[in-house]
Amino acid sequence: MSTVHDPLKPPAGRIEVKNTTCYMCACRCGIRVTLRDGEIRYIQGNPDHPLNQGVICAKGASGIMKQYSPARLTKPLRRKDGAERGDAEFEPISWDEAFEMLTARLKKIRATDPKKFALFTGRDQMQALTGLFAKQFGTPNYAAHGGFCSVNMATGMIYTLGGSFWEFGGPDLERAKLFVMLGTAEDHHSNPLKMAISKFKRKGGRFISVNPVRSGYSAIADEWVPVKPGTDGALLLAIIHELIRTGLYDRDFLVQYSNAAELVSVEEQSDDSGLFVRTDIPRDPDCFDPQDRVWWDRLSDKPVAARTENTDPYLLGEFTMADGRRVKPAFQLLKERVESYTPAWASEVTGIPEQTIQRLAYEMGITARDEQIELPIAWTDVWGKDHETVTGNPVAFHAMRGLAAHSNGFQTIRALSILMSMLGTIDRPGGFRHKAPFPRPIPPCAKTPDSPAGVKPDTPLAGMPLGWPAGPDDLFVDERGEPVRIDKAFSWEHPLAAHGLMQNVITNAWRQDPYAIDTLLIFMSNMAWNSTMNTSEVRKMLNDKDDNGEYRIPFLVVCDSFQSEMVAFADLVLPDTTYLERHDVMSMLDRPISEYDGPVDSVRIPVLPPKGECKPFQDVLVELASRLHLPAFVNADGSRRFRDYPDFIVNYETEPGSGIGFLAGWRGKGGEKFMKGEPNPNQWKMYEKNNCVFHYEMPKSFQYMRNWNRGYLNWAQEHRLLRYAEPINIHLYSEVLQKFRLAARGQWDGKQPPDRLRSRVETYFDPLPFYFEPLEAHFTDKHLYPLSAITQRPMAMYHSWDSQNAWLRQIHTYNYMYVHPQTARAQGIDDGGWMWVESMHGRLRCLCRYSEAVEPGTVWTWNAVGKARGAWGLSADANESRQGFLLNHLIAEELPANEHGAHLSNSDPVTGQAGWFDVRVRISPAAADEPPVSWPQFDAMPAVPGTAKRPKWLGYFAGLFTAARKGGTTK
Amino acid sequence: MNPAFSVIFLTTLIGVGQGMFLAMFTGQSYSALELLPLQNGAGFYGAGSFIALAFLVAGLVASFFHLGRPERAWRSAAQWRTSWLSREVLALPALMGLVFVYALMHYLGWDILLFSSRAGARLQLTLVVGVLGMLMTFVLFVCTGMIYAGIKFLQEWASPLTVVNYILLGTASGFTLSTAFASVSAPELMRFYGIWTLIITLFAFCSRGLSLLRNARIKAKSTIQTAIGIRHSKIEQKSMGFMAGAMTTRDFFHHQTQWFLKNVKWVFLVLTFPLPMLLLWIGMENESTYLLLAAFIVQYLGLIAERWFFFAQANHPQNLYYQTVS
Amino acid sequence: MTQLALVIDLNVCVGCHACVTSCKEWNTSGSAGFLVDENPYDKDPTGTFFNRVQTFEVGEYPNTETVHFPKSCLHCEDPPCVPVCPTGASYKREQDGIVLVDYDKCIGCRYCSWACPYGMREIDEKQKVMKKCTLCVDRIYDESLPESERKPACVLACPTNARLFGDVHDSESEVSVAIREQGGYTLMPEWGTKPANHYLPRRRNRKYIHDDELVRADNPLKKEQRGPSAPVDEPTLDDSTSW
Ligand SMILES: Nc1nc2c(c(=O)[nH]1)N[C@H]1C(S)=C(S)[C@@H](COP(=O)(O)OP(=O)(O)OC[C@H]3O[C@@H](n4cnc5c(=O)[nH]c(N)nc54)[C@H](O)[C@@H]3O)O[C@H]1N2
Ligand SMILES: Nc1nc2c(c(=O)[nH]1)N[C@H]1C(S)=C(S)[C@@H](COP(=O)(O)OP(=O)(O)OC[C@H]3O[C@@H](n4cnc5c(=O)[nH]c(N)nc54)[C@H](O)[C@@H]3O)O[C@H]1N2
Ligand code: SF4
Ligand code: SF4
Ligand code: SF4
Ligand code: SF4
Ligand code: SF4
Ligand SMILES: [Mo]
Repeated sequence: MSTVHDPLKPPAGRIEVKNTTCYMCACRCGIRVTLRDGEIRYIQGNPDHPLNQGVICAKGASGIMKQYSPARLTKPLRRKDGAERGDAEFEPISWDEAFEMLTARLKKIRATDPKKFALFTGRDQMQALTGLFAKQFGTPNYAAHGGFCSVNMATGMIYTLGGSFWEFGGPDLERAKLFVMLGTAEDHHSNPLKMAISKFKRKGGRFISVNPVRSGYSAIADEWVPVKPGTDGALLLAIIHELIRTGLYDRDFLVQYSNAAELVSVEEQSDDSGLFVRTDIPRDPDCFDPQDRVWWDRLSDKPVAARTENTDPYLLGEFTMADGRRVKPAFQLLKERVESYTPAWASEVTGIPEQTIQRLAYEMGITARDEQIELPIAWTDVWGKDHETVTGNPVAFHAMRGLAAHSNGFQTIRALSILMSMLGTIDRPGGFRHKAPFPRPIPPCAKTPDSPAGVKPDTPLAGMPLGWPAGPDDLFVDERGEPVRIDKAFSWEHPLAAHGLMQNVITNAWRQDPYAIDTLLIFMSNMAWNSTMNTSEVRKMLNDKDDNGEYRIPFLVVCDSFQSEMVAFADLVLPDTTYLERHDVMSMLDRPISEYDGPVDSVRIPVLPPKGECKPFQDVLVELASRLHLPAFVNADGSRRFRDYPDFIVNYETEPGSGIGFLAGWRGKGGEKFMKGEPNPNQWKMYEKNNCVFHYEMPKSFQYMRNWNRGYLNWAQEHRLLRYAEPINIHLYSEVLQKFRLAARGQWDGKQPPDRLRSRVETYFDPLPFYFEPLEAHFTDKHLYPLSAITQRPMAMYHSWDSQNAWLRQIHTYNYMYVHPQTARAQGIDDGGWMWVESMHGRLRCLCRYSEAVEPGTVWTWNAVGKARGAWGLSADANESRQGFLLNHLIAEELPANEHGAHLSNSDPVTGQAGWFDVRVRISPAAADEPPVSWPQFDAMPAVPGTAKRPKWLGYFAGLFTAARKGGTTK
Repeated sequence: MNPAFSVIFLTTLIGVGQGMFLAMFTGQSYSALELLPLQNGAGFYGAGSFIALAFLVAGLVASFFHLGRPERAWRSAAQWRTSWLSREVLALPALMGLVFVYALMHYLGWDILLFSSRAGARLQLTLVVGVLGMLMTFVLFVCTGMIYAGIKFLQEWASPLTVVNYILLGTASGFTLSTAFASVSAPELMRFYGIWTLIITLFAFCSRGLSLLRNARIKAKSTIQTAIGIRHSKIEQKSMGFMAGAMTTRDFFHHQTQWFLKNVKWVFLVLTFPLPMLLLWIGMENESTYLLLAAFIVQYLGLIAERWFFFAQANHPQNLYYQTVS
Repeated sequence: MTQLALVIDLNVCVGCHACVTSCKEWNTSGSAGFLVDENPYDKDPTGTFFNRVQTFEVGEYPNTETVHFPKSCLHCEDPPCVPVCPTGASYKREQDGIVLVDYDKCIGCRYCSWACPYGMREIDEKQKVMKKCTLCVDRIYDESLPESERKPACVLACPTNARLFGDVHDSESEVSVAIREQGGYTLMPEWGTKPANHYLPRRRNRKYIHDDELVRADNPLKKEQRGPSAPVDEPTLDDSTSW
């Protein structure tokens, strides 16, 4: 007998273990990477990391296949002379050439008209740096993915609560008893959410999911409430209606912590129409939101300054001020608003039975009231009142793009925020909790320039490229009220576009509306595929030339790690590293990974050297900024200030001596300070020693009620998280929105919308939430296009970027359209058969799969599994491109042109949030003689120089893999 | 199951070999009892057994194609205590050895008379070897059959009929070939073999028919409900968890349409039973070796189809877990 | 006698596939040698995985349940895959009941895979030996790992902690308690394989609303009732009588 196999014996090899932060998605879990002879043996969740506590996800555990993917770009590439864009014909160049080319071009732009350089970035986590670069360059044309992602969620909640879901806050499932999740499939905070939902369920919590589809998290919900896409606003408003009708709301909370009781002028004609009545308390110059509102006191039946000791306001009623002005408490206006939003009405709109809507309202109201939590945590409110306990009404909500990615999402999310406030669940145990640096003042202080004068040659931008308008006068428009930014953000088309409108950049630049640009730099975004709407047409725009034979977008730079669809269109390709090869920072200046109990930020530290000539984009930016002499990157004598990105991170301060930098941990000379403190040369080392993460746990008494918690606010002010230590009262009624409406009505002294937009602004800037059908429906014949088509995230794929991953693509190799059997049969479409899906913008052919877990008026598919031929290092006949499909071909980036040929983005009219989920379609079977191939198809993209050959088979074994692997790189 | 051609050839080829050896031995036994005229040892029993051996060897060769690691095949004898496969692995070479010895002795004329009765019956050493060979043939049939019949959740297989079928079908095919062989090298035995062939084929037809009837009425014990442990009358798989391939999607299902399956059934029923019987009959009547050989070839093709169908019809409960890609 | 096993809680599994790929990454560089992937970047990829997460729909709209169903070798107590193996490559460990394949002995005859009713074995099409879930035998006894990490890779990975690991023969173990208290069950009990792995069923929490709970003693609407505000100058009884 030969030797018997020993199953316990580890293979030989030199083992190293390193910690860093995952970036297979934006969740940013801590990971521990074990290397054997320099190759990745195992990537596990770091058990000592506060975010994921040792768990990992399908993507995170497949990082090996990302690292060694043949689709990786390894050399800077220049489009070959004579080759057309989109043909992906490149020649390798050196980094020196690349930098020279870029510097020369950008220098010229900066010296003439900086806004001709546009920098847009996708799913990155370094907006602090890219934003700084743009600002220093002086271009307003900068944004990240927010506009096409979930800006409705951010704005809808931040303009109401000063905080939001997404990366800024979340449900406290630790303490909640009832959890209502709307429109969430996977979310950014995906591992922590999974951990929390599971614990919540095991503790006996009740979990309700409102979603047209029952997948993923919804699968384990105790109750699934199928809703028609785009109608959650109706549901939420009906629930508010029921809560008011039955009195199931937290009156004390509303009175003290929101503007519910504050009196609003209801004099239609006066200039303060719809604005709050103010006392004449003089305004403190260092104050953001003066406490100068008025209540109608119930006890004395008189107007009093809001929150005066020993008064108690009416929430309902109509009153007349001494000067004769008719006024109403904001809550009265809300009550009037929801009067007609009955459950019976909402049932018609949402498809949810009336009784269910009613029961949902009762469950929420009763749980909030009868299962109240008192934690023995003493705290002091901002008005000086001591509280012995922290109260919690244990109803938690969570929502994501199912609400956000509709053009009515902003008002829907306003309704949700108001519902959460009425239940008294804001920053309280068992409800919604903020994460540092939130809450912010409403709206947050950052502002863009307010006129074209903010953009000047060779000068940094006079403001932030992105900001939070507090009124019409903050808009970034010219004297005619027209946009300054290429994406028209902060203009009257989309006034509160806090994250920009990346989805319109290419179309606008192509149409040269509002102007032509010269250079477009796209970092980490696949704008030729899944982050673009109207994909087929946008791909043509990228290639389109003007009458002189010049490209309409003259120069296109793409920084990517892989051979994505976008790379094909580049004039210059900058090969980025993978997350395992670079330094990176998840900064408090950006969207950190804070916990409810305090600020957290984290870093990446390379565990492997960069492959080939890959260079971290961070270093590229520091290099470029230095070569361009951007002020923040050079010394007074014009010499280079930062060696590279790690050096920049350690030594950069927002202002000289401010003590605020990208990292909050281990500041001060010896690392003894945090949040604020001088640069610490050993900061990276200290992060490395501490699992690459900094976590400050605040005292318990600072952890709740932060909008009004004096201790917290003072602490936050002291540590420069906040400028003002003032209460951040909930905007049940949004005066900010009303100001825009007044402007639209011509009742505003300052900026006013161009006439063509007046009625639009007046309609959608309603200070109270209202329900309207998504914009696309206003233009669509719903009899012709009776179905809604939506997508959702597969848990095992990140957007379009995981098809190059040999393991993940075996899970999602292509995609089906899921259709309710009755809906499909009515059209004669078979389970597993080919079908056509048509919207008013285009059509596509795909495979059908019957499903009982989808609302019959909805069809859906996994997002971005379908690929263009030849991209991502896949063969031209790969299933992704031949059987898979991309829904985006059916979704328009613009609404149909108006009678004057003018275009508006297919986005929320308030925020510019892309209306991904608004598209309406019809379906029909594919003919028997049609080829079994998805449609549209594109010419196959050739492998670009520097990418590797596709092996016929793969036997990954750490320590032997690269040595054993056959095939070289493509010359 | 997905029929693997290596296994189809293995089982059908050794079936022919086993059947032919049985035929040779039966011939010799009959003549030992003086019921048939004795034949030239080398030209008939010897040569016939060598042909049988050739089929056994061909079967063995085919079996190697089924192994991932043929170089380790020797290891497969280890678990004869529990594994029918291991037993088959022992029985096949043992039978081959015995057939070889039997054939060689006849071929070289090495034989010893051990005993002869006054009535004229004579016990030769070759007969003793033949008896051992016959026993081993049946052992091998049982092992082969039990490899399939022993997997209890493959309900189409888990029946004594499986073993009986292996015995009867193998024997029938061996006898058919023997008939053709006899028509050349021992024409006076042709009818003897021919008649037996018809009888055995008829029995085989009955038992195979019976198993078809049985299988048609099988109610699967495992259902989607027992597979995932959820009580509900409407359960459908939406995703098997991956869209790529895997062994579990390849080995356990024939990937053909029901229509194809049904046709294979009729094809094998016709090719294995009535057609060869007809050819055999006509061949015997006309003393045509060609027709008799044709009978064998037709029947063998039928057996390939039969074996394909045997695999394809077996419904592996694992398939409950691998129904839908999406 | 110890019988190690996984207990999978369908009540919390969200179908994320973390267990699938962490199993793959752990085992591809483990003592089993690589787990092959064929056509990794071409049409029709295929590969060896020990663990799969499937999805079933139970019931009809709108009362549909979507059930995510992870599945790896169940380490049967009476494993039909073991006795059929002709080489003895397939075996069940005495000490902990883990069913393993000795890759040095296996001839790749696939017979054991026929004999597994659950479809839990996978031939490695390049190394041509049968492979399957090892219950991460090379982790759980590895003393170079901290105690808390001596668990299967899939268990460590699982974000919902839907995968419990332990000795199902020890009545006091976490897994036994879970099986006992939460109605753990096995798959295809009809074949007497006695799978060691168990599944915990879906459970549903409901809320019952009583009519009286809808009424609130301190209904805030009461506070909104305005005080008497009838005008002072209209006639009252006082204007017409003096008693
Ligand atoms: N139909 C439909 N479309 C959608 C959505 C939807 O729900 N439905 N969702 C939208 C949303 S919310 C978003 S956020 C967008 C996302 O859309 P994108 O931002 O376009 O995301 P990806 O497709 O992943 O493209 C990111 C690019 O980054 C590259 N990349 C990956 N890692 C690195 C790296 O380390 N460095 C660099 N430089 N590049 C890297 C990838 O190769 C890829 O080309 O999609 C939007 N599109
Ligand atoms: N694995 C993985 N994780 C990711 C990503 C990824 O690509 N892969 N992307 C990341 C990014 S960039 C983002 S923005 C987040 C997004 O996280 P999610 O918001 O969770 O992502 P989506 O898949 O877009 O989820 C949309 C959900 O809303 C539902 N829905 C659609 N319309 C409606 C509606 O009108 N009402 C209701 N109630 N529901 C509706 C859909 O059915 C779907 O379940 O995920 C992040 N996390
Ligand atoms: S959730 Fe995202 S960050 Fe966390 S492990 Fe998965 S891919 Fe990595
Ligand atoms: S599940 Fe299958 S492979 Fe695993 S022990 Fe049971 S029978 Fe054997
Ligand atoms: S494939 Fe390997 S483990 Fe399975 S039965 Fe054959 S020899 Fe045994
Ligand atoms: S126990 Fe180990 S081998 Fe088995 S499924 Fe889990 S990770 Fe894979
Ligand atoms: S990792 Fe856990 S939650 Fe995810 S699929 Fe596996 S068992 Fe389910
Ligand atoms: Mo996003």
